[in-house]
Amino acid sequence: MGEAIVITSGKGGVGKTTTTANIGAGLAQAGQRVALIDADIGLRNLDVVMGLENRIVYDLVDVVEGFAKLKNALIKDKRFNENLYLLPAAQTRDKTAVSPEQMRDLVSSMKEEFDFVLIDCPAGIEQGFKNAVAGSDRAVVVATPEVSSVRDADRIIGLLEAEEKHHPSLIVNRIRPSMVKKGDMMDINDMIEILAIELLGVVPDDEFIVVSTNRGEPAVLNTQSQAGQAYRNIARRLMGENVPMMKLEDDNQGFIGRLRKMMGIKG
Amino acid sequence: MFDLFARVFGREDASKEVAKERLRLVLVHDRASLSPQALESLKNDLLNVISQYLDIDDQGFRVDFSRHEDAMALIANIPIKKKVGRPL
Ligand SMILES: Nc1ncnc2c1ncn2[C@@H]1O[C@H](COP(=O)(O)OP(=O)(O)OP(=O)(O)O)[C@@H](O)[C@H]1O
Ligand SMILES: [Mg+2]
Repeated sequence: MGEAIVITSGKGGVGKTTTTANIGAGLAQAGQRVALIDADIGLRNLDVVMGLENRIVYDLVDVVEGFAKLKNALIKDKRFNENLYLLPAAQTRDKTAVSPEQMRDLVSSMKEEFDFVLIDCPAGIEQGFKNAVAGSDRAVVVATPEVSSVRDADRIIGLLEAEEKHHPSLIVNRIRPSMVKKGDMMDINDMIEILAIELLGVVPDDEFIVVSTNRGEPAVLNTQSQAGQAYRNIARRLMGENVPMMKLEDDNQGFIGRLRKMMGIKG
Repeated sequence: MFDLFARVFGREDASKEVAKERLRLVLVHDRASLSPQALESLKNDLLNVISQYLDIDDQGFRVDFSRHEDAMALIANIPIKKKVGRPL
């Protein structure tokens, strides 16, 4: 019996879809059987981020309405052996096309076949959010170190904790170490202190995310990408391993680095 | 050089401090589901009720949310001028 995890945020555009794709790929790389569900009905995106957009035949709504069988709608990602599958969202329907009860049934049947079912939640707190959360066992909240994102994350955490079953944990996305160092960006401790939830991971702002999205290749496939490394670490943590948080330093910017620069010491 | 010291000892005008302070305030209201306007009218009602029994110094009258460890509290500071008799 697998675990269903919803990736949510409240605010739009903070990295839910990027996170779902990369954690899913990271888990599959590590040998887990993983299904991704794009619950953003009407604004389908997980397929293009994964590079699987040309292989869609049926979608989530087709399955829920009994028009297609689940196994015919799931797209197998050939880069990950038999480990990674995507159930795409419908693009021409809206959030009311499925109900929380239907999502609960679908997810629980998928948990019988997969170790992890990851659900990419739409932005907002309305029906789309309720659908995405309905079948999940735990929630991962993605937030960037900005006032509006943290505020919305707090609202989402409040809604999740009211249900007392999701045990939300936090991924801080798009951290920029040089700005943190200058005091112009909240750091991890600031965010944990304000939101008062457990930290699951920290992902740096990384240009490679744009490159990997252009190509439709998850960043975890690239060994040079810092964000890719961060997502691999998060996948390991979800598997129950104890992986220390990544040290995010930009070179030569620390106190010693500046001191050295000031005194003209190289290296 | 000054810049270095300012950074080592923490700049007071660092914008993240502003962000944190603003967040703290906004979240207190969000979490209590009470808007600043609603808090204002709560204050006025409180002032009216208490004024029936006590002579309040409404200059020093303060009502605010505050966080105590994990719990949220509504703290009122109500300076009293002098006792007056019960209303007739
Ligand atoms: N760590 C990162 N570094 C750089 N760019 C990032 C990072 N994370 C996300 N992005 C970029 O931010 C944009 C939004 O990301 P994404 O689509 O994953 O957000 P979302 O939360 O799913 O948005 P929506 O609410 O619209 O569904 C994308 O262009 C993505 O490439
Ligand atoms: Mg998205």
